[in-house]
Amino acid sequence: MSTRTASTFRLPAPLLALKNIVLFLLKSPTSAFGLAVLTLLILVAAFAPLIATHDPYAQDLALTLQAPGNGHLFGTDELGRDIFSRLVWGARITLTIIFLVSIVVGPIGLIIGTTAGYLGGKVDTVMMRITDIFLSFPGLILSLAFVAALGPSLNNAIIAIALTSWPPIARLARAEAMTFRKADYISAARLQGASPARIIVKSIMPMCLPSVLIRLTLNMATVILTAAGLGFLGLGAQPPLPEWGAMIATGRRYMLDSWWLVTFPGISILSVSLAFNLLGDGLRDALDPKQMNRR
Amino acid sequence: MSVSVETRDVSITFGAGPAAVRVLPSVSFSVAPGECFGLVGESGSGKSTVLRCISMLTDIWTGDILINGKSVREMPLIERCRTLQMVFQDPYGSLHPRQSVRTVLNEPLVIHRLGDREERMRKAITDVGLPVSFLDRFPHQLSGGQRQRVAIARALILEPSLLLLDEPTSALDVSVQAEILNLLQRLREERGFTYIMVTHDLAVVDHMCDRFAVMLHGEITEVLPREAIPVNGATHPYARELIGASLEYESAH
Repeated sequence: MSTRTASTFRLPAPLLALKNIVLFLLKSPTSAFGLAVLTLLILVAAFAPLIATHDPYAQDLALTLQAPGNGHLFGTDELGRDIFSRLVWGARITLTIIFLVSIVVGPIGLIIGTTAGYLGGKVDTVMMRITDIFLSFPGLILSLAFVAALGPSLNNAIIAIALTSWPPIARLARAEAMTFRKADYISAARLQGASPARIIVKSIMPMCLPSVLIRLTLNMATVILTAAGLGFLGLGAQPPLPEWGAMIATGRRYMLDSWWLVTFPGISILSVSLAFNLLGDGLRDALDPKQMNRR
Repeated sequence: MSVSVETRDVSITFGAGPAAVRVLPSVSFSVAPGECFGLVGESGSGKSTVLRCISMLTDIWTGDILINGKSVREMPLIERCRTLQMVFQDPYGSLHPRQSVRTVLNEPLVIHRLGDREERMRKAITDVGLPVSFLDRFPHQLSGGQRQRVAIARALILEPSLLLLDEPTSALDVSVQAEILNLLQRLREERGFTYIMVTHDLAVVDHMCDRFAVMLHGEITEVLPREAIPVNGATHPYARELIGASLEYESAH
């Protein structure tokens, strides 16, 4: 692709493909909703200092547990901190978790899966048994064990979540790679002297990428819920960080009298994970090879 | 430039002892430099397998395959790639759906560290009768015949001397078939390629090949010159039957 001569009036191919995908997603109301919520999340996270009305850490013990209104859009928590501002800053934490988990999980799953699927034989057996071991633990329990061993903090929670969520992606990539390894274009690449590594990276990975991307997007909902769960259990982000799960955990004690403490973080978690699920569904249709060929 | 090919006793066996299955019992034939040699036979008779053995895509065979007297098995990968290339049957499956023609042609040049890439790509694409602008197209923007031309260009770009053709026209329309065959014919005249061509269309053999072998159940029943087709000069009963049936079919049209 690097040698492509730039044409002046056409977008480069990857950008054009991205534009097509976004246009396709906007056509269906559900995936458009997902895309909109996630765009909003990214914008909020990017402009958090401008959007937040208060300092998320500023305590005001005179104004604890204030109901929504009175200059506090979503009310205040037990230490008088503005919940709206904390949610806005919490978006950054959520995005960080999603981003870090994705860039760790995606490549690991893709590399292990395509290598095992393309090479087959002993490599496949060894790699897949390792994935089986990771798969046989429930994700949250394994994350709990990792966090317990490494100590509770946001970074450790991210590592723990990443460690538990790559195996399904590796499985998926392997299954995909196995369907392509016998294709004529792979034979042709072998006849041109391409090394197995080159074939995996240049020929197999582009074919597996769409389904891995879809799976990764659908996985994000689980990642957010696991992160929130760890936060809720006090093993993820530590106070005073405005992580949504941790906010629910501390708000739980005042839930009966002050509903706004748990409701707004809860709605945030719900809508973001729902948005990722809807977007994943939309992506599945958008990245379907048959649909791609129609363009 | 032209190379000779000799296969001696090439066979593939699965398992050992009395339970062993011989998929390809024994194939021996020789092809002279610059010759077009056809392999015909019914489906499952092992024609394509022979090509995959010669190209080392399948490497579980025993016996000898010599190209210009050199064993394919001992040939270093890079040298083997620059000696032989293959054109596959299905032009829809032999081009990577997400790679542009430029990428397809550029890859082998990068692997073999050849210079003047742009120049070579332009030459390869014009050699197969496509405009240079097709370099930026993707397979789904090409017709079957155009795809097969790109596949041939991909085979040509490493300047091999032996082309293995695995039913290069069977997936194409009749009119496009003639175009591709004429293209292959012209390239052979210009470059002195040696062809080994798998087909089950005797008309294609008659048009292209100097000699051909009739295969049955993984064995070569008879090697015949092209001239034997119109007069049905085969001696082996199966070969006679095959050519007879083909002649009957031709005359019925």
